Amino acid sequence: MDFNLDDDQRALRDALRSFCDGEIAPKAAERDQQACFEDGLIEKLGEMGLFGMYVPSEYGGTGLDVVSYVMAVEELSRACAATGILISAHHSLAVDPILEYGTEEQKRKYLPKLSTGEWVGCFSLTEPGSGSDAGAARCMAVEKDDGWHINGTKTFVTNGGEAHVIVLFAVTDPDDPRRRLSAFIVEKDTSGCRVGKKEKKLGIRASSTTELIFEDCVIPKEQLLGECGHGLRVALSTLDGGRLGVAAQAVGISQAALEASVSYSQERQQFNRPICAFQAIQWKLSDMAIEIAAARLLTYRGAWLKQNRRPYEAEAAMAKLYASEMSSRATNAAIQVFGGYGYIEEYPVERLLRDAKITELYEGTSEIQRLVIGRQLLTQPDWVAQG
Amino acid sequence: MGAWGLTEPGSGSDAAALQTRAEKDGEGWRLFGQKQFITNASFAQVFVVVARTDPDKERKGISAFIVERGTENFGPGSKEDKLGIRSSDTCTLEMDNAHVGPEALLGELNGGFHDAMGVLERARVGVAAQAVGIARAALEEAITYANERETFGKPIGKHQAIQFMLADMATGIAAARLLTRDAAMALDRDEDARMQGSIAKVFASEVAMKATINAVQIHGGAGCTKDFPVERYMRDAKVVEIGEGTSEIQRMVIARELLKSGAA
Repeated sequence: MDFNLDDDQRALRDALRSFCDGEIAPKAAERDQQACFEDGLIEKLGEMGLFGMYVPSEYGGTGLDVVSYVMAVEELSRACAATGILISAHHSLAVDPILEYGTEEQKRKYLPKLSTGEWVGCFSLTEPGSGSDAGAARCMAVEKDDGWHINGTKTFVTNGGEAHVIVLFAVTDPDDPRRRLSAFIVEKDTSGCRVGKKEKKLGIRASSTTELIFEDCVIPKEQLLGECGHGLRVALSTLDGGRLGVAAQAVGISQAALEASVSYSQERQQFNRPICAFQAIQWKLSDMAIEIAAARLLTYRGAWLKQNRRPYEAEAAMAKLYASEMSSRATNAAIQVFGGYGYIEEYPVERLLRDAKITELYEGTSEIQRLVIGRQLLTQPDWVAQG
Repeated sequence: MGAWGLTEPGSGSDAAALQTRAEKDGEGWRLFGQKQFITNASFAQVFVVVARTDPDKERKGISAFIVERGTENFGPGSKEDKLGIRSSDTCTLEMDNAHVGPEALLGELNGGFHDAMGVLERARVGVAAQAVGIARAALEEAITYANERETFGKPIGKHQAIQFMLADMATGIAAARLLTRDAAMALDRDEDARMQGSIAKVFASEVAMKATINAVQIHGGAGCTKDFPVERYMRDAKVVEIGEGTSEIQRMVIARELLKSGAA
């Protein structure tokens, strides 16, 4: 497995870097303060093809490989973590399940507009009473002659504000513990579907995190996604891919923290020398660099496995677990390098710390990631030996 | 077998402060000094010895020599009794007026320090791989034990505390292995892999230390006895954080590269 980026990937990264530095990074602080994406951002991202990376060209996308995709999420997140997750959640959690589980009609109906950003996607599994314990969801979908009747409340939906296409998980058989949930595609403007509360958050403040409220929302039968009763399987396999995006987001945030810290440490002088002359600071910088390198490789490896349609559930969990916890360490260290100024909003690092924390929580907490990895280890000891 | 002699009682991390000297004698040299912590010294046939050839310069007054076993006034001294990797031979190397001919000079005269640093940079990936191997052995033992040993009515592998420890060990090992391979591939492409080699070595060695400590922990009291191999793995792991450039030296190398390049 060669992680040397090929020429196309390197060219893509350079183009994205330039775009992000010019168009995304400059307004990151303002987005955080205003807690919203500015007008025109989604169109700008759409013009760059950033909503269609996952989608094969036959459905209107650019059909990039998964390694290129995670690299793109990292670059966006380096510039602005909220923009990173806007794109990542759209691809990994909405586009991907439609690609994997959708009928040809569903793909033709939804993917072209999802590819351009005309429609933004979101994923809705979590409820007030069920996060890690996703199988305990209570939002109901009952099949009647005129379609599926949906009732319930979902919370913490990333992109809930911007999205038109919702990949929703609801209970279709409350008594069957294995086939309790099913997946659906819901269009947000359907009668009976509305956005509820928009959360005020510690970090990624521009990313909308909302409730979705369903009050006798009726959707056509053709909008069942995958087989009836297979919802949990769809959700969990989709989250595996999502974890790679979050891992990439964490790497991007950390990379921004490192670059800011290196630069600051070369300018700031104390005791008649730049603070980078002190080993105490060099140690922090090198630890950040070491861990970023490790996290990035774990993420690329997970992406490579997914691209090659090999099992990657535990590897994705490792990447997400490691990268997210690393990003909290790295951003914390970055504030420390900046000293008192690190605490001040004028400097970017306090926002990076606030942005990093969510990566340890959404798309499966670190505790859930450890359960996934632990289960793999204890049931397949050969997996470790095979590397 | 070969052995490499750089370290001395007075110079480890500060390798340029070495005091073994090579005095010119006609076309050849005479070596005087003592090396310490030399792996394979007892049985190597071929030694590379790094010595000072210009007493007025520091880094630019050092050269390397190939010395064969059997050279008069040259040979292994006392053998170290170590915490770990105990079957690996670690000795001093004594030279007191040992003569070598002109053909013994390895590389350019007074270019030996630079070459020695190059040797270490390329060797780090091997040490990183050693660390990954030790850590993997520890993890595999810990998994076996976790599936067998029972507490509170179930195998200890069913307790989240143990699952989480195993998960962290495996994650660290996966990352260490990828970093090591990445550095190795860079070397295969003939690239400057200084940063990757140091990152791989420091990361993998610290993963190995944590993993082996946790493997002992998972074995409980039995982990501290010689009935199980995990105590040996823990003792073996420690040297990997030290030899071929301590973790402190690796961080110096990495920080220097970062400050040169801006990290982007």
